[in-house]
Amino acid sequence: MIEIEEVTKFYGDRRVVDRLSLTVPAGDFCVLLGSSGCGKSTTLKMINRLISADGGAIRIAGEDITTVPAEALRRRIGYAIQSIGLFPHWTVEDNIATVPRLLKWPRGRRGDRVTELLEMLRLRPDIYRAKYPHQLSGGEQQRVGVARALAADPELLLMDEPFGAVDPLTRDDLQAELARIHRATKKTIVFVTHDIEEALRLATRIAVMQDGRIAQLGSALDILEHPASDFVADFVGRQGIGLKLLSVRRVRDRMRVGETAEGDPLSVDASLRDALSAMTTRRTDRLPVCDATGRAVGAIALADLVR
Amino acid sequence: MNLEPGPTDRRPAFSFSLDMHNRVLLVLVVVALAATVLSGFVGDAPNRLVSGRPISLWSAADAITMAGIASGGVALLAACFVRPSKPFHCLVAVLAAVLLLLVLAAAGQAASNLTQSGRLASRISLGPAFWVLATCAALGLADALQRLDAGPIAQVFAAASIAAGAILLAVSGIFDALSLSQEFAIRRQAFSDAITRHMALVGTSVALAAAIGFPLGIAAAKRPGLQNPVFAVLNILQTIPSIAFFGLLIWPLSALVARVPQLAQFGVGSIGVAPAIIALVLYALLPVVRNTSVGLTGVDNAVIEAGRGMGMNPGQIFRRIELPLALPVLLAGLRIVTVQAIGLAVVAALIGAGGLGTFVFDGLGQYAVDLVLLGALPAIFLALVADFILQILTTMVGRRLAR
Repeated sequence: MIEIEEVTKFYGDRRVVDRLSLTVPAGDFCVLLGSSGCGKSTTLKMINRLISADGGAIRIAGEDITTVPAEALRRRIGYAIQSIGLFPHWTVEDNIATVPRLLKWPRGRRGDRVTELLEMLRLRPDIYRAKYPHQLSGGEQQRVGVARALAADPELLLMDEPFGAVDPLTRDDLQAELARIHRATKKTIVFVTHDIEEALRLATRIAVMQDGRIAQLGSALDILEHPASDFVADFVGRQGIGLKLLSVRRVRDRMRVGETAEGDPLSVDASLRDALSAMTTRRTDRLPVCDATGRAVGAIALADLVR
Repeated sequence: MNLEPGPTDRRPAFSFSLDMHNRVLLVLVVVALAATVLSGFVGDAPNRLVSGRPISLWSAADAITMAGIASGGVALLAACFVRPSKPFHCLVAVLAAVLLLLVLAAAGQAASNLTQSGRLASRISLGPAFWVLATCAALGLADALQRLDAGPIAQVFAAASIAAGAILLAVSGIFDALSLSQEFAIRRQAFSDAITRHMALVGTSVALAAAIGFPLGIAAAKRPGLQNPVFAVLNILQTIPSIAFFGLLIWPLSALVARVPQLAQFGVGSIGVAPAIIALVLYALLPVVRNTSVGLTGVDNAVIEAGRGMGMNPGQIFRRIELPLALPVLLAGLRIVTVQAIGLAVVAALIGAGGLGTFVFDGLGQYAVDLVLLGALPAIFLALVADFILQILTTMVGRRLAR
């Protein structure tokens, strides 16, 4: 879907992005992870040409992005940012319909799309569509921000620390929501964050960045189990690494299919960390597991977590 | 229930306490009362040149009006001690409005009573007590509206009811005996010409200032390098005293007309309307440019970046995001400039531009205070109306954009 090839960006004399290459396959949830100033946001913004590259090439679906007018390119790519950037003088409906309006969709189709997106983000359309951004909580604003990015049904979604400014509880909700939307829509997402937990939770692939280069590219598990350098090991954190490993592994990978146990079931999609937490609070070493429809499919024991 | 009072529980059997809830209103009532007692409500003079003999409110106005004003004052005094609530503020607002109209009526009645009883040629002018009473009533109304947190519609309604009441009083002929009305009566045509000319001067210069100032402000916002020189020049213009400014324009304009005589055909001259409008425009530029530039640079960068990221082009970002978000600040600039121009245009009469200033300077020359008032009062009134309308427009725009 996206091919970034030897891309370089200078700010003055400083090389903020240094001959960076990255390929993101269609349907991937790619997280650019790094501390501030590592060039992750700059890289993201070069993809929709908010920032122009000083060298190298970026192709989306095989097409060099410099061959399309910047505005047309951006209307094809969903974009959500940390400070949300909702237009304060427009209603939720107008905000969400920004790109469809730029693309001159007829009014009826725009309205239907807004309804659909509000429902997808669990905001009741009859209540929310006519509200102004200042009437919403931070979490609701962020949901509208995500809905706006999805409005014209773009193949590709760029998100620049979209959940950085909301409280931890709301962030948890929004992450779960985004993971669900990714599973349901199979969109390609490039997501920038400095939060390792967020990256572990959402990414199908993580690119750990350091000084404008990719220090390591791999799945969450790869990065936790085989950090490519001391920098990566330090960044993902040597302490609590076991818990982080538990949080990227799913119950479905370790459960005993067909067996049974007593108590409230865990979902097959729950992390092993959730399983450990549930066993600790319920003072048990064995829990039942159910699938997404709530049907019992097996059990998981404490020993399975550390296998 | 334990009926024995404890050792520390030594309250008086009967207690009465007054809680003060509205200090502003109390001050207004006290000031109005003091002015009414200590100074003349109207002045009675045998001719225009001597200052009048002060006549108190109670010895001049009709008993009924007098009783109305007194009971209104007592009611408002009592109101200071009532626990505030929304309907109560409404009541205070209505009381203050009625009081204002009663004070106006009392002035008219006083004048006609005095002229009927006395010499035919006597001139009844408005005295200090009248001005203080009217001002206090108006401020009381404004304060009540503020406490009510009255919206634009309520404010317009209040202003319209007062205006309607005053017009009804005027049409009934109650003010006819006042010397101010007499000055007006003999200058009816000149007055309506002057006020039209005044509004034309202000309207033209504000429109020109907006036409020049908005683009200049936009340019200053988009090119920070432009800000220093632009604001330096405009700041200097703003510091030139207005009378000097009108005078200073005489020389370059006469030189210009001497070079290009055709300009004279369009009414351009070294004195008159042309220099007046030029000076008013130059004075108006700083607030217009500054507010435009501040309004535009004040728009949140994240919002603009979001617009860019959504695929808006620079024109769309400007029209759909920056301009609407800066509009309240832009309108505030226009409001400052309009009010300022209405006042400055009075001075423009000195260089023959006409307008309400004509009466002011005639009155000053003839030592006729009523004639000065005939120019000054409508100018103040125009400024208040313009300020009011633009303020309501600004709040209405701002409300839609409230954060």
